[in-house]
Amino acid sequence: CGSTSNTDAGGLFMWMSLIGHSLRQEIMKWNGWGYVDSKFQFNKKGQAEFTGKRYRLSGMVMPALKEWFESTFGASLQHKTPASAIPNSSAVQPPILNEAFVEDLKSTGIPFSQDAEDRVFRAHGHCLHEIFALREGKVGRVPDMVVWPSNHNDVVKIVELACKHNVCLIPYGGGTSVSSALECPPEETRTIVSVDTSQMNRILWIDEKNLTAHVEAGIVGQELERLLNESGYCTGHEPDSMEFSSLGGWVATRASGMKKNIYGNIEDLVVHIRMVTPQGVIEKSCQGPRMSTGPDIHHFILGSEGTLGVVTEVTMKIRPMPEYQKYGSVVFPNFEQGVACLRELTLITNVFAGHALKPQKFYITKFKGFDPNRLCVATLLFEGDRERVLQHEKQVYDIAAKFGGLAAGEDNGQRGYMLTFVIAYLRDLGMDYYVIGESFETSVPWDRVLDICRNVKERIIRECKERGVQFPPLSTCRVTQTYDAGACVYFYFAFNYRGLSDPVHVYEQVEHAARDEILANGGSLSHHHGVGKLRKEWMRETVSRVGMGMLKSVKDYVDPGNIFGNRNLL
Amino acid sequence: FLYVHRDPMLKKRDDFEDILEERRNCSDLRYALKCYTPVVYKGLTPCKAGVLKNMVLQSDQLHYVINQVSKETGKAPEDVQEEASAILEEMAHRMQLSTVRFFAFTLCKVFKTLFRSICVNEEGIQRLQQAIQEHPVVLLPSHRSYMDFLLMSYILFTYDLALPVIAAGMDFMGMKIVGEMLRMSGAFFIRRSFGGDKLYWAVFSEYVKTILKNGLAPVEFFLEGTRSRTAKSLTPKLGLLNIVMDPFLKGEVFDINVVPVSISYERILEETLYARELLGVPKPKESTSGLFKARRVLSEDYGSIHVYFGQPVSVRSLAEGRVNRCQFNLTPRHIPKRPSDDVHSFVNAAAYRLVRAQEENMVLKPWVLLASLLLQNHHQDLDQDRALTEEALWLRDVCRQYGAFLHWPDHVPPSEVVSSSLDLHRGLVRISEGRVRLAVEHAGPSEEQLLNQAVVVLSCASYRNQALHVFLRPALLASAMHIATSSNKQEVFNSFSFLRNMFSNEFILCPGATMQDFEEACFLLVKTGVLQITEQEVLSTHRGHRTLAFLTRMMDPFLQGYQVICMFLCEEASEALTEKTFIPAVRGFMVKQLLSGRLRYTEVLSSDLQKNALAALLRLGAVLKTKGYVDY
Repeated sequence: CGSTSNTDAGGLFMWMSLIGHSLRQEIMKWNGWGYVDSKFQFNKKGQAEFTGKRYRLSGMVMPALKEWFESTFGASLQHKTPASAIPNSSAVQPPILNEAFVEDLKSTGIPFSQDAEDRVFRAHGHCLHEIFALREGKVGRVPDMVVWPSNHNDVVKIVELACKHNVCLIPYGGGTSVSSALECPPEETRTIVSVDTSQMNRILWIDEKNLTAHVEAGIVGQELERLLNESGYCTGHEPDSMEFSSLGGWVATRASGMKKNIYGNIEDLVVHIRMVTPQGVIEKSCQGPRMSTGPDIHHFILGSEGTLGVVTEVTMKIRPMPEYQKYGSVVFPNFEQGVACLRELTLITNVFAGHALKPQKFYITKFKGFDPNRLCVATLLFEGDRERVLQHEKQVYDIAAKFGGLAAGEDNGQRGYMLTFVIAYLRDLGMDYYVIGESFETSVPWDRVLDICRNVKERIIRECKERGVQFPPLSTCRVTQTYDAGACVYFYFAFNYRGLSDPVHVYEQVEHAARDEILANGGSLSHHHGVGKLRKEWMRETVSRVGMGMLKSVKDYVDPGNIFGNRNLL
Repeated sequence: FLYVHRDPMLKKRDDFEDILEERRNCSDLRYALKCYTPVVYKGLTPCKAGVLKNMVLQSDQLHYVINQVSKETGKAPEDVQEEASAILEEMAHRMQLSTVRFFAFTLCKVFKTLFRSICVNEEGIQRLQQAIQEHPVVLLPSHRSYMDFLLMSYILFTYDLALPVIAAGMDFMGMKIVGEMLRMSGAFFIRRSFGGDKLYWAVFSEYVKTILKNGLAPVEFFLEGTRSRTAKSLTPKLGLLNIVMDPFLKGEVFDINVVPVSISYERILEETLYARELLGVPKPKESTSGLFKARRVLSEDYGSIHVYFGQPVSVRSLAEGRVNRCQFNLTPRHIPKRPSDDVHSFVNAAAYRLVRAQEENMVLKPWVLLASLLLQNHHQDLDQDRALTEEALWLRDVCRQYGAFLHWPDHVPPSEVVSSSLDLHRGLVRISEGRVRLAVEHAGPSEEQLLNQAVVVLSCASYRNQALHVFLRPALLASAMHIATSSNKQEVFNSFSFLRNMFSNEFILCPGATMQDFEEACFLLVKTGVLQITEQEVLSTHRGHRTLAFLTRMMDPFLQGYQVICMFLCEEASEALTEKTFIPAVRGFMVKQLLSGRLRYTEVLSSDLQKNALAALLRLGAVLKTKGYVDY
């Protein structure tokens, strides 16, 4: 993600926070990914372009995209499936209101809304079925109210009132969930209140002695980085969704960022968490860097997916901004070599952020002597002081050479990183032309990486065939994170659904089968997307019956009335 | 009783092509030297024989076991590595196209002299070709003759298909030149028993898996483990099947295609050899000169061979819902582990299913029916034109209703079908003045005469056995009705279940499928009007008598065999009886009984039956096996 777009967007955000809570809704799509002004589209000449001014790619024309799009999916620009234009308020059920709760809430002065648009906006994440339904103008159960606390104390009041009046609360951060976590349980008869944390977005203090910052949990990733950068610091936590996802959301889902090799995942980055639960506030008494005080209570909170309470404040580790940053890329003759090299690199020098992927042809340059159908590109990012960066870079390229890898330039590397931010916009383009798809992830030991990639890809292709998909699907994968003991693998799956009566159902069946295949091949249920409601059915076999019981008993103690009733996870 | 049956008569089977026909018309040499470019597995990374050996020796699996063995024995790892390398050297195939061509040429000549035709279902070949491209392939031919694996390779070469590597018993290695030539045509050799030898097992399994995983060649082996001397399918051996399923279960390949192949011989080359072996005349050691002594066989007519390549079975779909593959997630996959209970029962069930698939596609010739009839009537002559032909036609129709894969030429007058069948097997029958009987002299008082008679009976039985799988379930029901004290359905079922359990070492009866088998038997017998089944009762109809009598008589020799063995164990067996002395002792006992006329069926002298009965009694806990001497 280029620095220009960061500043631009940051500027907008600041303005937005000043003006009010509903503005974000106006610059964001209500039925697709990201900003209203940014999207892929085919212009009058039939060439693909990316609109707006926010990204490096904005305003650019990409002639190769059309051909790739048509040849990969058998899609045609003639066959359009446009989304319904405006959110249809009449399709939204009138709110179920607990009058006593509303009265008490009014007296606190905390802003809230029962507006249909506000409610629909917070009723979904970004799963395919959620977006598909919105594009068709279909709306299911949505929150009955939205409330905007502006600090920890507001949240305490809201939770107290909810308990008092038996109201269901669903915390809402950035809305980037891909696990059906934000879907309202259709069977919920109580008033559902969406607790939008977006107004809790301040850095409360920075402690330079201990390199920590205390931050309100509603802050969005890019805003947090921008504000810290002003003081010369960063967190280094950069998930692909960082433009929109919030700190509280990261904590609640056990998020992971692409620079985690240097900075760590969210669980490594938090020093202190404050969460409001129906039983009261949970937090530790000090900020010691590590403790031996029984099981770490942070780990009940990390990954709790909004089932226990609202995370309100977090103390995070910070680092001085890197003096020097350099992108890089390596091209390998094939995916196998690329993966072997990443493993070696992880073991020898764990100081880069890297991906290995089989590139799609629409953006990759041709490399002499490599079979374009098999080659694989790893993108790299080095950060630190200049000398060390250059030293590491050399070390990395030397190792890569042993695996047949050739340095392929900074440009390709930077493009790879840029792509991680715009790739989500591509799905919206596909959905305009009968193409639906999604990505999903897993983590897996190193010795299983190649096997799982092959088997899951093949399973997807086979399931599509068996379910009557008329066109060969896109079924591909990449390694996005590396650990000593394994890697995170992403799968990309999309297909042209012309001729299918219920494409979303087919999609879901295939993804379900793919997840079964992942688990059968030693992959985890999720590396960082979380479980939500989408992957709940596999939880028991994932964590064992006893494990489920443990989680259940925590839930039963902390929230006996199921106030936090989004029904995720368990 | 809710099991629903597909009517076996509706079974669809492919047509056959005779591959010898073309050979009789054009040059064998040109054929042997033809351009051979088989399609290969899509994921194949080609590698040379030496590379394969290195892949095996450097595999994590083998490294692990080498270190383990080295720790246990105190030998240096390098020495163990050397041993492994030597084992591999002894085992590995060295396939050479030139040797294959040599075999193709020679076998052409031999086949043309011995057989009238070699018929292959070409649709099966096409399916196989498809299967080879998609996933690694395992070929599972039935095993009735030494001929089998050469024949398989010959057919695959003929159709330009990838040549398999074949698991062969070490005994072939005794034949110096032939052994090496077989090696060069794709055979690899495994020791007959290596139970406790970890290193051997590791080398062996890794060798097979490496070939399979990389799609280097189809892997071929015999599920039955050895040639069936009785022409009945043998209880499947699970060792190799476990090995070839492992890469799928551990996710190392997406799927594996298993292709059952049914090879049926109209006349088996080893016919009397097998009968003698079953009677205790020890089997001649495989030796090259022995094979050439068999030249006499070259002058005879062995009819035709039918080879049916069955529907490829996807291991993935077999395992669907039966094996939880997650069980391999918690230990590194290269550490050898005993198969868990669910894997074991899955592989076992799969093995039975595959053997049954072999059975179903075995082609039955009219002679098989004649042999069944002659055996049941071997104390009397049959009028060839009337009685025998009439009976055969009746049996033909029953057979077809049961879904048998019967090749009865309907365009030829029945009497001609019968006489030409009798002619091909003239060694086993006596025909005089239009009357037919088995070629057995009425046994006098001597053991020698009895054994001679038994040779003919057992040879003949081996043909009847080819059809056993068709009649087995109805025959068990018929016998069950016979021994049940009433026609009460539950009672009949109990008898059926008892018999089925008793005979499950004797015949291919899938474990746990008692209910299905009972239902199938009921379905067939009701459909053919032999039985009426009500809520409570199983009743025979008037016109069903003939069928029931035939079916019970089919089971009789087996029933009597098991009975007499029980009698022997009760009356004669002492604590000193060992596994080794069991067969000769039982045989002696039986000979006495037969000579004194107290026993009817010479067939019981088959050591196969005796071994099976012992295994069954052991399984049922009627007999105990102890180590060493037992002190009471």
